[in-house]
This record gives sequence, C-alpha cells and structure tokens, in this order.
Amino acid sequence: MPKTQTYTLNMGPQHPSTHGVLQVVMELDGERVVQAIPQMGYLHRGIEKLAESRTYAQFIPYTDRLDYVSSMGNNLGYCQTIEKLLELDIPERAEYLRVIMAELNRIASHLIFMSSVAIDLGATTGMMFGFRDRERILDLFDMACGARLTYSYIRIGGVREDVPPEFMAATRQFLADFPEMLAEYHELLTGNEILYHRLRGSGVISGPRALEIGLTGASLRASGVDYDIRKAEPYGIYDRFDFCVPLGQTGDNWDRYRVRMEEMKESAGIVTQALDALPDGPVMAKVPKVLKPPPGDVYHRIENPRGELGFYVVSDGSVKPYRLHVRRPSFINLQALNEICQGLLIADVVAVLATLDPLMGEVDC
Amino acid sequence: MGKPMQEVTGLFTIATVLRKLLNQYLPNPQWVDMVITLVNIGAIFTLISLSAVVLVYVERKVSAYMQMRVGPNRVGPWGTLQTVADMIKLMSKEDIMPDGADKWLWILAPVLLFIPAAAVYAIFPFDHQAIFADLNIGIFYFIAVSSQATLPFLMAGWASNSKYALVGGMRTVAQMLSYEIPLVFSILGVIMLTGSLRMSDIVAAQQQVWFVAVQPLAFVIFVIAATAESNRAPFDLVESESELVAGPFTEYSGMRWALFFLAEYANLFAASAIGVTLFLGGWQGPWLPGWLWFMLKTALMIFIFMWLRWTFPRPRVDQLMAFGWKVLLPLALVNVLITGIGMQTVKYFR
Amino acid sequence: MSKQRLKSELFQALQERYAPDLQLIGEDFQQAVLIEPGRLLEVLAYLKADAAYQLNHLSNLTAVDYKDYYEMVYHLYSLPLKQSLTVKLRCDASLAQVPSVTGLWPSADFQEREVYDLMGITFTGHPQLRRILLPDDFPDHPLRKSYEFNPVEEKG
Repeated sequence: MPKTQTYTLNMGPQHPSTHGVLQVVMELDGERVVQAIPQMGYLHRGIEKLAESRTYAQFIPYTDRLDYVSSMGNNLGYCQTIEKLLELDIPERAEYLRVIMAELNRIASHLIFMSSVAIDLGATTGMMFGFRDRERILDLFDMACGARLTYSYIRIGGVREDVPPEFMAATRQFLADFPEMLAEYHELLTGNEILYHRLRGSGVISGPRALEIGLTGASLRASGVDYDIRKAEPYGIYDRFDFCVPLGQTGDNWDRYRVRMEEMKESAGIVTQALDALPDGPVMAKVPKVLKPPPGDVYHRIENPRGELGFYVVSDGSVKPYRLHVRRPSFINLQALNEICQGLLIADVVAVLATLDPLMGEVDC
Repeated sequence: MGKPMQEVTGLFTIATVLRKLLNQYLPNPQWVDMVITLVNIGAIFTLISLSAVVLVYVERKVSAYMQMRVGPNRVGPWGTLQTVADMIKLMSKEDIMPDGADKWLWILAPVLLFIPAAAVYAIFPFDHQAIFADLNIGIFYFIAVSSQATLPFLMAGWASNSKYALVGGMRTVAQMLSYEIPLVFSILGVIMLTGSLRMSDIVAAQQQVWFVAVQPLAFVIFVIAATAESNRAPFDLVESESELVAGPFTEYSGMRWALFFLAEYANLFAASAIGVTLFLGGWQGPWLPGWLWFMLKTALMIFIFMWLRWTFPRPRVDQLMAFGWKVLLPLALVNVLITGIGMQTVKYFR
Repeated sequence: MSKQRLKSELFQALQERYAPDLQLIGEDFQQAVLIEPGRLLEVLAYLKADAAYQLNHLSNLTAVDYKDYYEMVYHLYSLPLKQSLTVKLRCDASLAQVPSVTGLWPSADFQEREVYDLMGITFTGHPQLRRILLPDDFPDHPLRKSYEFNPVEEKG
C-alpha cells in the first residue's frame, strides 16, 4: 500500500484568479481539495477606524472604496443609514435617481461577475464582452457625476446634482440595447456546453445551510431561499417597483451564475420603470451644513449586488460617528468557501470563488 | 505545351536549379548534397522561428479582433514588429532560477521540449518532392517524436520546485497520453485508405478527393485531439492560467520561458501542417505553386485552432479525461470500423 | 424599515419571560433588548427556534467600545416572519469576554473573529479565534477607543 499525504498550496495573494488580494490556503489530496481556508486582510485599510475621525459627510468617499464595483449601492446604503438617524425626508426625484443609479450599478457589477466567471473558466472573449458593455454604464455615471468608479453621487439628503438632459436619452438607449447584449452573452457563455458542465452540479450548498453560514444576496437566492431585501424589507422607494426575484434550485455554481444573469434583466426593468415615473423637482433635501445626528444607534441594510450590505452607526451627538461598522456581504459570504470547496478539484475552487463573487475591497474593509 | 507555372515555381524546381548551379562550382557531388541538406535544415529552422514570430503576432491580432480590440499597433507598421520587440525584451530579462530547483532538469526542459517540436518538421511535404526526409514510416515518425514532448513538461514541472508547476506537469502527462490515442486512431483511418505511412503517398492519394470528405469524423477527432496535444485552449489545462498560474512555466522567465512558447507555436504549426497533409490534400491545388497551397491551408488550420482558443472556456481536468476516453476514443474506433467496412464494400462491388 | 420591527407584545413577552436579565431599551428604530451575558445563548436559542420569533438570520454582529464597557450588538432577522430584532449585551471592559454564538449561527464565525481582531473581545466557545484582518503579531486592537496610533519607524 503506497503512502499518500496531502499538501498545502497557497493560492494567492498574487494569483490570476483570486479577485484581488485574497489568499486561499488549500490542503490538497492530489487535485482534490481537503480544505480551502480563505485568508484576508491584505487590503485592510481600517475604514471603520477612519470613520471615527471623519464627519458624517466626509465618510461617503470611503464607502466608494468598499465594494468598488458597486459604489452607488454603498453610497445609498450609508446615506440612508444616516438619513434614518436624522429622520430626513428625501425629495422624490432624488429617490428615483437613487434607484436608477443603484440598479444600473447592479447591472455593471453583475457584468463584472459574468466577466470574471468567464475569465476564470478560461473564456477570455466572454470577459471582454462584459467589460465592453459595462463601459456604457460607466459612461452614464460619468455623465451624471463625472466619475467612473468612485462616484460619491448619492449624498446625505439626496443626490449630488441633477442628471444632465442627455443622461435620460443615453440611459434609454442603453436599456434598448441591453436585451441584445444579454442575448449575446447567453449565446457565447450560457449556451456553451463546456461552461455548463463546468458550473452545473459543482459547488453545491443547500438553502438552509447557506442561510446558516451567512450567505446573502444572489448566492443565497441561488440555493432557493427567497430573500431579497428590496422585497423583504423595502428601503427607499423599492416598494413601488414591479420586479421579480430570480431563484435557483440546487445552489450550485450554475444557479449562482444564472440567478445573477436573470437579475440583470430585472434591474433593467426597474430602471425603465424609474425612468418612466421620474418626477421633476429638487434633488436635495434641506440638510444642515453641519450634520449632528442625535445620540443613538441605527442599523440599516440594503440589497447590494453582492448581498446584504449593512451599516451600523453609533452617534454621540457630535459631528463624527462614535462607531461605524459595515456589514460587508463579501466578507461574510466568504465563510462558505471552505465548506463548498471540500471534495472539489482545484479548478472548481476557482469557479466557486468566481460565483461567490467576493470583492476584496469589501472583504478587508 | 510548356511546364505549367505551378511546376516552375515549385520548391523541387528551385532545388534542381540550385543543384545545377552548385554542380558547376563544387567539385564533388557529395559536397553538393551536403550543401543542399544544410540549406534544407536552415530553411526549416527559419520556418520554425519565423512562424513563431508571425504566429504570435497573428494570434494577438486574431484574438483582438474577436474581442473588439485593436491588438498590437505601435511597434512597426500595424504593430508587426511587436513580437520582435517582445523577443528583445525577453532576451534582456534576468534569468531567474527558483531556490531548490533541480538545476539540470530545469535547464534541459525547455531545450528538450523544442527538439521534438523541431524534429517533426523533417517529414512535412511542403511541395511536390519537397520533403526533407520522405520516410516510409513518416506518420509513425511524427506520432513517435511529437509524443516525446510530454516528458519535458513533466521535467519542468518537477524541477521547478513549485506545486503549481508540479500539478501542471502531472496534468500534462495525463492529458497528452490520453489524447495521443484518439489522435492515432483518427489518423489510422487515413492510413487504411492509403495503405502507406509515407507522407508523399498520403498526399498523392488525395489527388482526386481530399480525405476530409471521406473521413469527416476522423478530421473532427483529429482537430480536437491535436488541440489537446499542443496544449492550446480550450485544452490548455497544463497552463490553465486561472488555476495554476502558468503550470510548468510558472517559474521560468526570460529566454527559457520564450523557448516554451517557441515550442508551443512550432507545435501549433506542426499540428496544422499534419492536418493539412492528412485531410486537406497537402500541397495539392490548382494554379498556385504547391508550397503556397500548403501554407494557405496551414494558415486556415491555424486560424481554426485560434478560433477555438478564443471562443471556448476550459473544461475541468476530469471532464477532459472523460471526454478523451469515453467519447473521442470510441468515436475514433468506430471510425476505423466504418472505414474498414466501407473499404471492403467498395472492393466487393468493384 | 421601522415597520419591520418586532411587535410590541412580542417585546413584552420576551421581557416577562426573562426578567430581570432582559430589559427593553431605546425607542422606535433604536428599540433593542439588553441581555445579561450569562443568559445570552439561552435567549438567542429561544429567539431562533420559537415559532413567534423565528429569528433565523444573524444579519450583523459587532461591538462598540463605550470606554467602561463593551457593547455587543446582534442584529437578528426572521426570513419567514419578516421581523427584526436588535439584541445588545454589555460586558465589562476589564473582562472583555462574551460567549460565542457560532453554535447557533455559523455565520458568526468571521464576524466574531473580526470583533476579536479589532476590538479585542474574546469569545468563549469559538472554534478558532484567530485574528482575521490584521497580522497575527499585531500588538493591539485598533478599534478600541484607548488605541493610540504609533507609527512604527521604517527600518532602513
């Protein structure tokens, strides 16, 4: 009987497919994974500590740098948290603009997801398609706020400024083109036999277990748990829109991929509805120059592309938060990695990482 | 009626003219033979290195146009000198050897990989009678020599003292051994039809009809297996960038790394050339000189390989193995069977 | 979101069941229950399993340093009943030790490690309480209010 032993392989922090500086310490038996422990902290900037020395408004740019491919969602989550503490009323137009931006950003973020799935499975052309079309959304954001990645567009009390007139036409044009783009992705990637067999049936996590281990967002819905904060606990004006929540059945990589692809379609629908209903009016509430929320604490969460993004803010009545904690979906979703990966092959770890879609800016905070 | 244009510009005619010319200046016919042989060797090596330089550029351009990019366009006209610039860069790079590497194996691996890649060029019929060594076991020689490329991958993987490289090396062995077999069986159908292993006979047998029409299944199997044999995407599990960083090449840098790539592109050209010879009628074709037909057809094959590479995702290692053994191999065997039955039927009716 | 809070009778029921170790604090969206550390696991297990609460999702777990005590904050949510509850817990600054809830919600694993890493609160019963964001040899817990930033001189 030959003696075998497992070996350790450090995947990352410098590795082509760890989505940033994630290190996965894998114990391998041949190519089979015995365990895959994620190690993070390589991008830790101490944002929570920094928040304690910034005013409430000054912290908005830091939220951009959490999940830096869906900054609009982060802005929205943070601003709504502070608004809840201040009990501010937001002008209608601003609310609609927020929804438009957040949903466009969800599409952009899911396009990155699709691209990274494609590149992690070796389909480089699929990646380029995703990035090509994301560029159009970035152009829209550029029109609205002059930034392509770190927007700080959503502010406490509304949005920074009204969108220019050409934004509407450009957004409508994008929405008109979007079904065609989706069809193209489905043709190139979703319909591809190799991709299907790579994703289907591997990296399975059951619904109850996914919830226990803290998965949220599309990864949880892929396991068949109907939990979308936009529906379960509507924030802002999300209760006014008609959209459905795509669910998976088995919770494998394929479902995680399909759910996000479907979500893009839903988001496009929400943006269309919001554009149609967009009222005129101011885009900023009357907000005092110096924000001094009353003492107390508040927790608010929103549905970000990567899951449940929560902000817990403790105010002591001064201009700076006493304590600010961010519940980062990527960070908590990563807990599932080890459990999902056990018994899979190295190539599947990459696929699982891609479909769990963690973003290191958010994981390390 | 004079000789057609095709024959005048053929490689054999050129060689004959050269031979006559040399006969005037050199005293001994053996010397002439030697000079001709040296010219042949020189031509083959020029072809290998040139094809690598050109193919890298072409690959980048093709992939760029598939991905709505422009590709290299800065160095030289339309970026044609980009590969040259890359070569210069690679040559000037530091040659790093990892700690604890098995020194000799590590140095030998890229060199040994290049030798079989170059050696198979000896049996390519570039044109009518333009073949360096028209062996009576030509195709057998190709299979034997090209399968030697497995070992250097394992050597590189083992010697690098890196786990990525080792896993990559192991994968290479598994993959290349598995795909060697369907490759051979797909070729077997062609050999049954010609009844000869000699390359020139195989080309000559396709005078009326190309074997791709008679053996379509074998051609498909050949393309798939050859992709896997030359470790190109979608079957680039050896390298599999997103999992193993670069597989056996992970620790190599500079010129040694470039040698791996030179071999890869030499293999790509070789696989395409064999495909052309076996299935697409070799150098045969109307109007144009044979060597040009050969090159055009090879270019088409190379384009098909590139097209595959830039379209498909990569299968997983177990799926690759399963596909090779459970799908390709039975199909190849069925093809041999059908060919046999077909041949007997034709014989019976004649 | 305030409409999603636990109904007031459920709050009352909780208080009656666990008095005097559990008290209601705050109002409106800040409403929470404050539990004695000793009964934390018992109360949370009840909240998770009981049909009237079914708080099966641990949304958030964090800690706040109030100088003389640490406050642990658990934000619970019930998927089937769509209600949320904030549970708080105070532990002495000198002790800085609370029971781990990883047994109830495995999702607390990373969050407790993060609190341990940045705030220095030890969780008894946690399977592997190691630092998660900072290097293993980091000297202090930076989210504590007492933390002083001492930049280390670069060697060289």
